[in-house]
Amino acid sequence: MSVVIVGAGLGGLRSAESLRAAGYAGPITVVGDEPYLPYNRPPLSKEALAGGIDVTGLEFRRKATVEDVDWRLGCHAASASLADHTVTLADGTVLPFDGLVIASGIRPRRLPIPGPTEGRHVLRTADDAMKLRTLLTPGAHVIIMGAGFIGCETAATARKLGAKVAIVAIDAEPMIRPLGAELGAGMRRRHETHGVRFHLGHSIDAFSGRDRVRSVALSDGTELPADVVIEAVGSIANTEWLAGNGLDLTDGVHVDSSMRVATDLAQVVAVGDIARHPNALFGGIPRRIEHWNMPTETGRRAGATLAALLAGDEPSDAPFTAMPSFWSDQYDYALQSFGMPGIADRIEVVEGDTDGPCIVEYHNTSGLVGVVGIDRTPDLIPYRKQLAARA
Amino acid sequence: MTAPDIPVVTVYVDRSKCQGYGQCCFEAEDVFHLDEDGKLVYVADSDISHRADIVNAADVCPMQAITVS
Repeated sequence: MSVVIVGAGLGGLRSAESLRAAGYAGPITVVGDEPYLPYNRPPLSKEALAGGIDVTGLEFRRKATVEDVDWRLGCHAASASLADHTVTLADGTVLPFDGLVIASGIRPRRLPIPGPTEGRHVLRTADDAMKLRTLLTPGAHVIIMGAGFIGCETAATARKLGAKVAIVAIDAEPMIRPLGAELGAGMRRRHETHGVRFHLGHSIDAFSGRDRVRSVALSDGTELPADVVIEAVGSIANTEWLAGNGLDLTDGVHVDSSMRVATDLAQVVAVGDIARHPNALFGGIPRRIEHWNMPTETGRRAGATLAALLAGDEPSDAPFTAMPSFWSDQYDYALQSFGMPGIADRIEVVEGDTDGPCIVEYHNTSGLVGVVGIDRTPDLIPYRKQLAARA
Repeated sequence: MTAPDIPVVTVYVDRSKCQGYGQCCFEAEDVFHLDEDGKLVYVADSDISHRADIVNAADVCPMQAITVS
């Protein structure tokens, strides 16, 4: 009896720990494409980018129960055959399994924009951050594509390091999809106060420069000087290695509320950013949720499910009701959210105003679906309880 | 006569890491809470029966500031 976990991030780690907690005592092999043990990514756009990257210092503590895990790092899974119960690595190694955990996560989306590629960067891994770290120097012209959380956090860090920062995004306001236009505008004004320039409603048509990117051309004809371009325009699920197995790979890997993948061929679960899972708190519509707490929540459930399946037992069919939560630190502001503000159709600032500490409620026809606070974390606790009661 | 050893679980929070996100407060309500200013307040020694909740609290800390022994 053996388990292979593809993905050595937080979801892979929590799945291994959860398998052990649920009584699975057999061998576990974890495959990771990065050369590092599971580490914490949020600091990569913030303090680690500003203060230096020490990947060992970012490593998660690993529970004693997973000390015997075989970590195959620096090598990605190239393919899997669920019928044969094998995963094949890029170096040709074939790993047989009785149970498979899909935890291969996501990668930054790259847009096909003409021009040189040297000077174009993304921020997902510690190696990405190490490369960027040397480039965010005082006076450097930094262009950030995309006004989501990663783009905005990186903008704040680049400003702190003295770079000249412009954000180019097709959206009308930064972080508009999760936060809505009014709070997005408040966040934009905070960034503008700190010297970030916004070019909203525009895309980048082309990069220019002979050997490397020297400038970017926007869709309205504006030309901006560029020493560094950081592309933060969303993500793509790493599902390619699963092709040919008849799985539903529409936007990640579709799973049920126990994180089980529908297939008769093998015992398979999926966790973390890649798992398109139903949440009974929010209508049970399968969604991928790229929040930091979801690999832990889905990993806990998936480990218990897989341990039960491997023991010949029925896994729990209880609804999945983990509370989505995200937070973001930009400059001195702490933004925190509970629930799914992105699915709201009515947004109300209930305390303060969006230029200062505030609480914003997000509703749809089913009632309160989310809350966001800026510098009001203790006051969000009753909201979280109210959201949890939607179950 | 000596008092029997009562098994406890001990928590340490690294204040230089804690950002007051409060995620731990939902996993172990009896151990962690945020005060009015958003500062984390916690009970260092708890009955061993709280251990699972406390380990979960340490797992969900975004800054990985909680140590359980």
